[in-house]
Amino acid sequence: MNLLLAPIVLPLLFAILALFALHHPRAQRALALAGTGLLAIVSVALLLSVRAGGIVAVQVGHWPAPFGITIVADLFGAIMVVLASLTGFAIALYSIGVHDRARERHGYYPLLLVLLMGVNGAFLTGDLFNLYVWFEVMLMASFVLLALGCEKPQIEGAVKYVALNFFSSALFLAAAGLIYGVLGTLNMADLAQKVAAVEDKRLLTSMALLLLAAFGIKAAMFPLFFWLPASYHTPPPAVSALFAGLLTKVGVYALIRTFTLIFPLEPTFTQPLVLWLAALTMITGVLGAAAQMEFRRVLSFHIVSQIGYMIMGLALFTPLALAGAVFYIMHHIIVKTNLFLVSGVVHYLRGTGELKQLGGFYRAHPWIAILFLIPALSLAGLPPLSGFFAKLTLIVAGLQQQAYLIVGAALGVSLLTLFSMTKIWGEVFWKAAPGRPEPDAPPALEPARLRLMIAAIVLLAAITVVIGLAAGPLFTLAMEAAGQLMNPQPYIEAVLGGAP
Amino acid sequence: MSIIVGLLYAAGIFLMQRRNMVKFLIGLALLSHGANLLIFTAGGLTRGHPPIIAEDATLADPLQADPLPQALILTAIVISFAVLAFALILFLRAYQTTKTDDLHDLRSTDA
Amino acid sequence: MSTLILRTATRYLVPILLLFSIYLLLAGHNYPGGGFVGGLAASAGLALYALAFDVRSARAMLRVTPTTVSAAGLLIATLSGLPGLFKQLPYMSGQWIVLPLPGFDPIKVGTPVFFDIGVYLVVLGVTMSIIFSLSEETK
Repeated sequence: MNLLLAPIVLPLLFAILALFALHHPRAQRALALAGTGLLAIVSVALLLSVRAGGIVAVQVGHWPAPFGITIVADLFGAIMVVLASLTGFAIALYSIGVHDRARERHGYYPLLLVLLMGVNGAFLTGDLFNLYVWFEVMLMASFVLLALGCEKPQIEGAVKYVALNFFSSALFLAAAGLIYGVLGTLNMADLAQKVAAVEDKRLLTSMALLLLAAFGIKAAMFPLFFWLPASYHTPPPAVSALFAGLLTKVGVYALIRTFTLIFPLEPTFTQPLVLWLAALTMITGVLGAAAQMEFRRVLSFHIVSQIGYMIMGLALFTPLALAGAVFYIMHHIIVKTNLFLVSGVVHYLRGTGELKQLGGFYRAHPWIAILFLIPALSLAGLPPLSGFFAKLTLIVAGLQQQAYLIVGAALGVSLLTLFSMTKIWGEVFWKAAPGRPEPDAPPALEPARLRLMIAAIVLLAAITVVIGLAAGPLFTLAMEAAGQLMNPQPYIEAVLGGAP
Repeated sequence: MSIIVGLLYAAGIFLMQRRNMVKFLIGLALLSHGANLLIFTAGGLTRGHPPIIAEDATLADPLQADPLPQALILTAIVISFAVLAFALILFLRAYQTTKTDDLHDLRSTDA
Repeated sequence: MSTLILRTATRYLVPILLLFSIYLLLAGHNYPGGGFVGGLAASAGLALYALAFDVRSARAMLRVTPTTVSAAGLLIATLSGLPGLFKQLPYMSGQWIVLPLPGFDPIKVGTPVFFDIGVYLVVLGVTMSIIFSLSEETK
């Protein structure tokens, strides 16, 4: 029972300790590493206990369920927490390697931990308003992380990011207010029951659409994605890796949670809408990526197109498709973070991210090249890496639903992804280094720091390979999670069925 | 009340479409106030019955106001206060580094 | 801004504001008030001090950095949730003990009070760091 709150309280405690040690970078680094490491262990334990013992819920402050705030973990939530914690650990490792004194003095590590707390809180909460609060916790931390350092592109990216997210929060808040006004509750399990009992669905559909718009902005779905590629490539690599891996996925998580539990997708209106949005998200994202010539911009656009795949899993709305979405998220968080970390190493070694100016990496650093190849091929969906199974599941689910258009879109996008990954490979690693030596060669990295950064990348790459090799058991896990999502009854019972 | 909410939303969105940073920020602030009032209106308004159980009573006043929307709004106000304070400083910084208060000039990071 | 009148008035106002903020904090459990308003009142006092004199002396009056204040507040608030755990109750469950005071009515002390103190410190710390950095920025 107490394990359930640990993923939220633990990072908070470590963040506080790190705040006290603001002027002792060594202590901060140790705290960040210990905090995220412990977090990873605890969250794996949570996942195991949820899998063994079913959904667990805690009524915070001992207020009974529909009134107080409930923290609840089902398999999907627990899986997400594990992924977030693992990513957090890798990022902490990498950041220590980066060794950015100025940012460390301004609270980089406490912010990192607070961000993780917000993400975990959002994954575990069972209350709509509480979800809003966790979103804000996470966003505040991410705002500051994004703007920390005050370089010009960073500030410009941050302005757009802050404005859009503030707007989507206002939408979310309005939706929450309306829902409370109509249904008189904000507990998600309680809402699910009350929504099912309402006869007139029209007002509910409008609320569902408000939530769709709010979460859609945060998840960077089709018409509302433009803030993402405008801001994600501006902060330091470790930060953009963290954002790329986690933040949009919280939006996707919220979408999946809302549209399975509270407002199950309606085949007449919302389902086709979400399906179309998914297809358009995929296609615009990958086309944007194909047009870009900067390492991290390419990757940013790919996030958008990958979000399309996850939403596609939601929109098909069958157990298999949802399992595909869950599996896709697992694979995507790890792979995407890793790609950004690799791009960071390239950036630190060469001082630029422009593809045209890079080259010769395979000759100079064959190991980095191979470490790039693993997540890149996995992202494009080559067997036997993790992305292949994720895409395969989604496509099979699509064929079962006879949604041939979106399957075609998914296959085409996959091909284009491979194209732009080979573009990066060719430009950065394969091509001979551009003739002239760099005019302002950046200070060489100390080998010890580089080793830490590589260690983070190796960790994530190893996880990718493991996901690919252990696809069978992990897929059963995803199927179980999807089963829980499609059948919310146990969730409702766990939340409302008396205090633990 | 609903009319005020509508006005706040309209004014907020109008201001957000201006190119001036300060106006944009004021628009954001108005929008969040609009959302707060919306919760208040949607949650039902009661006059003169605070949600506090009187000292000599054991049961709540049956007419009492619903405390939950108030709690929600308080939380939302605190959050938007913090976000606005941050956005203010950020915009100030943006003005200092880019020497412009026109949002259309902040294009260098767009694709 | 820093005229003689304001400075003299501030000398008397700041202690009153700080006292009032503590009153608000402690009254918050049964009456209007609480950690948030209390913290705001206290930071209003310090902000007045910063206006009448200067930011540096206001910082000096706080003695520790605003960050430390808010960190301490967060720590207190987080820890206040723990006692309930020992009684096998969920995190953040309220616990109360009655302290008899000789000569006065006994007072009830509970974990929510500590939570409120934490909130008070966090609000104070955060508001002060906003005000300090904004006013130092514009100089």
